Amino acid sequence: MEAALLDRPAAAESLVSVRDLTVRFVSKEAVVHAVNGVSFDLAAGEVLVILGESGSGKSVSLRALMRLLPARKAVIEGDIRVAGHDVLAMAPRALEEFRGGVVSMIFQEPMTALDPVFTIGTQIAETIIRHEGTSRAEADRRALELLELVQIPSAKRRLANYPHELSGGLRQRAMIAIALACRPRLLLADEPTTALDATVQIQILLLLRKLQRELGMGVIFVTHDLGVAGEIADRVAVMYAGRFVESGLVEEVMKRPLHPYTQGLMGSTVQAGLRGRRLAAIPGAPPDLSRLPPGCAFAPRCAYAEEACRAALPAEKWPVPEHMARCIRVAA
Amino acid sequence: MAMSVTADPRDRGGPAQPLLIVRDLKRHFPLKGGLFNRAAGTVQAVDGIGFSVMKGETLGIVGESGCGKSTTARLLMRLMEPDAGEVIFDGEPVGPGGMSLREMRRQIQMVFQDSYASLNPRLPIEDTIAFAPTVHGVPKAKARARARELLTAVGLAPDQFARRYPHELSGGQRQRVNIARALALEPRVIVLDEPVSALDKSVEAQVLNLLIDLKQQFGLTYIFISHDLNVVQFISDRVLVMYLGQVVEIGPVESIYGAPRHPYTQALLASRPSMDPARRMTEPPLTGDPPNPINPPSGCRFRTRCAFAEEVCAAVVPRLAGDGADDAHLAACHMRVPGSGHSRAAARAA
Repeated sequence: MEAALLDRPAAAESLVSVRDLTVRFVSKEAVVHAVNGVSFDLAAGEVLVILGESGSGKSVSLRALMRLLPARKAVIEGDIRVAGHDVLAMAPRALEEFRGGVVSMIFQEPMTALDPVFTIGTQIAETIIRHEGTSRAEADRRALELLELVQIPSAKRRLANYPHELSGGLRQRAMIAIALACRPRLLLADEPTTALDATVQIQILLLLRKLQRELGMGVIFVTHDLGVAGEIADRVAVMYAGRFVESGLVEEVMKRPLHPYTQGLMGSTVQAGLRGRRLAAIPGAPPDLSRLPPGCAFAPRCAYAEEACRAALPAEKWPVPEHMARCIRVAA
Repeated sequence: MAMSVTADPRDRGGPAQPLLIVRDLKRHFPLKGGLFNRAAGTVQAVDGIGFSVMKGETLGIVGESGCGKSTTARLLMRLMEPDAGEVIFDGEPVGPGGMSLREMRRQIQMVFQDSYASLNPRLPIEDTIAFAPTVHGVPKAKARARARELLTAVGLAPDQFARRYPHELSGGQRQRVNIARALALEPRVIVLDEPVSALDKSVEAQVLNLLIDLKQQFGLTYIFISHDLNVVQFISDRVLVMYLGQVVEIGPVESIYGAPRHPYTQALLASRPSMDPARRMTEPPLTGDPPNPINPPSGCRFRTRCAFAEEVCAAVVPRLAGDGADDAHLAACHMRVPGSGHSRAAARAA
């Protein structure tokens, strides 16, 4: 892995650079190894989708980028740089400026991110005043602009609404508006469309894609849904047991998946045209993160596993430029 | 245990008799609010749903949140009293003078989305599965032996799992237990309400495969409720599409997915991500959210989001109709009915 890193120095213009990120949750009972050595770069204006199932470490990685994990329980190691900031070394005051100003996050459940006792307009304006010290009138004007930007109909009237007065799709849009209030350079999205109905999900995905292009933001989007990745990603990283097992350009990964886990994920995703056939399900269940096996964490469920897989962690292989898989069966 | 559907000894009405007929099922929830707790409106959760399910088939029910698909399941099982409507099981009406509720619930079992909430946390799973048969008079030892057989059938080794408690299992394993429990009374119909929605993709595939195997093995009929269009397409023989408490379209799965007739079904299907990064969507098929089921729009309930809505859509409630007398594919849209007054209907007739 060291060698691979030397081969691919961080691009000078990269917005995010993560090296050997590990996150452990330490309690009296156990140490849970949630993230186990994740490295990647993200260019400005690029969309990375991290695909994974529950417990794969995708949301934990995302939260680590903003240091949103509980400091007393989570041990974060490695190196995280976002727009030149050394995130793990930041003092609390600088971190407050950084969150919302440089990096913003949107969540699956907007009600956890919105304050129920303030109107949407107030919440957006407060964010702008807090970060940029503008006047209230100027902040209100920007709030209206933002609601129009996220395509909320009759935006002026909606400014005076409380979160509970909005439908699910509008709430999601309001949350996006707040996240974008201070023109962040990086947007982190934690399954923001998972709880939405199909007809609303596609609206929000297309909106995010449009905003990302217009504002030139970098986006890291976490999801378990291959279809979402297909609609929005430039690059995809597939996560399993706290590691990137495969990453590459979205067309590459979806058309020619290299890692058996990615292949399994594709096979077990129900798509049109599979009717009447058995799904190629992956047997078993993801590993216990407090007792990870020493080698490839997917080996116990993998049809191709051999002795070498269980002995040591497979190295990153790059059979084609920009397409990585951690599997001994892949030719380098 | 294996039996073919046609030779089922429990079959009374013959193979052509639908196993289940549901007619004009209704449930409205009054809303109270304001100073004197006056009636402030009605949620028309289910408003005149009707369908039939043939023996051995899988009927998929799709729709977005709030469309009434789960309420329909609860009304069918009488976990909730309907305001109106009739359920006929294999030719026999359910209710006073017909099949008793107790007997009906032996014949129709249900699996819910939340695998944890639907299991008793204080009972080992073997006892949970054996519980209903013991209530229905099966001796304890026999019920327990049967529970172990069922655990094997759903892919959980009894020696390893029988004495475990629900919290000691993963979500996928718990859903297998729920399926085994539903099978314990040897029902003929299983109503599956979003059974795989809370599961990871790799586990979802395992459970879907299992459901297909069990259907064969036990000669079952499924009603499969889901918001996931791909899953419904995969598992269903026929599909029913709901919008705001009503059926907008029903028909054979190939026909619904191949040539959807209702503009809502068309938009719903078009909203699925393409799975192909080279062919991304550029415009969302529908704008806005599904409207609130409190005081829904007059006439066609979809008209507020429909690109083709005209005056007639607000004035007249469209009826479910096929293209001919024996068309199995029905849609409730004025555009499909020549002479309905919709300009596109006239064009079709010409």
